Amino acid sequence: MEAVLFYIISAIILGTGMAAVASRHMMRSVIFLLFALLALAGLYFLVDFNFLGAVQLTVYAGGIVVLIIFSVLLIHHIESKLSEASKSRKWMSALLSLGGAIAFIYVIIQNVFPAYAESTTTTTKTVGEKLLDYGEGGFILPFEVISILLLASMIGAIVIAKGEPKQTIKANEE
Amino acid sequence: MIPGIGLNEVLIVSTLLFFIGVYGFITRTNLISMLISVELCLNAAVLNFVFINKYLYPDKPEGVMYALFIIAVAAAETALVVAIIVNLYKKINSVEVHDMDTLKY
Repeated sequence: MEAVLFYIISAIILGTGMAAVASRHMMRSVIFLLFALLALAGLYFLVDFNFLGAVQLTVYAGGIVVLIIFSVLLIHHIESKLSEASKSRKWMSALLSLGGAIAFIYVIIQNVFPAYAESTTTTTKTVGEKLLDYGEGGFILPFEVISILLLASMIGAIVIAKGEPKQTIKANEE
Repeated sequence: MIPGIGLNEVLIVSTLLFFIGVYGFITRTNLISMLISVELCLNAAVLNFVFINKYLYPDKPEGVMYALFIIAVAAAETALVVAIIVNLYKKINSVEVHDMDTLKY
C-alpha cells in the first residue's frame, strides 16, 4: 500500500516539476511548483517525519510560493506568454540534463544500500532538544547563525525593495 | 522506511527532480522562472537528506536538522531574490536575462 502511494506521489512530483519548468504561462508554472512542493511534503509524511512535513507545508507552500506569486502579480502581465528558448538550445539542454541524470542513475543502481527495518523516528521533541543542545552533536551554533541570516535577509530585502528615496533620484538626474 | 521501496528508487526520483530543475534553469530566460527551477533543485537535495537519514541512520536526527536548515536558507534566499527582482523591474522595466547588463546601483 505504501509502495503504491510512494509511486503515485513520485509521479506527481516529477510530472508537476516538469510542467513547472515547461509551462509557458508564468502563473501556471508557479502553481505547478506549489503542487510539487505539496507532494514532497506528502513524501515526508509518508516516512513519519511529521514536523519536517509541516515545516515544508508552512514555509514552502505557505511562504515561498506566496512570495513568488506576489512578485509574479507585481511584475508579469498575466496574459502574456513567456518567451521560449530556441529549438536547438532546448534540445541541447534536454540532452545535457538527460545525460547527467543517466550518469547519476547508473552510479546509484550499482550500489546496494542496506535497509534497516527499525521503526524509530525523529520526533519533534528530539528536533527541539537537538536545536538547543550545546553539547556534542548539538545544533545551537547553526541555529543562531540561521537566525542572524534570516534577520539580515529581512533587512536586506526591505532596503533593496524600497529603492532610493525620491529626492536622491531627482538629485542624480539633475 | 517504506516497505517495498529501496533507497535506490528514492535516489532516482530525487536525481530526476534535480535535473528537471537544471533543465529549467538553462532554458528559461525569465528571472522568476529561474528562481522556480532553483527551488526544484533545492528540494531534490532536501529529499536526499531526509531519505538517506531515514534508511541508513534511522536513530539519528541529523538529516532532518539539515533539511530544516536548507528550508530556512531557501526562504531567506527567496525573499532577497524577490526584492532584487522587484527593484530591477522598477529600474529597467524588465525581468528578462538579456536586458540585464548593469550591476551599478
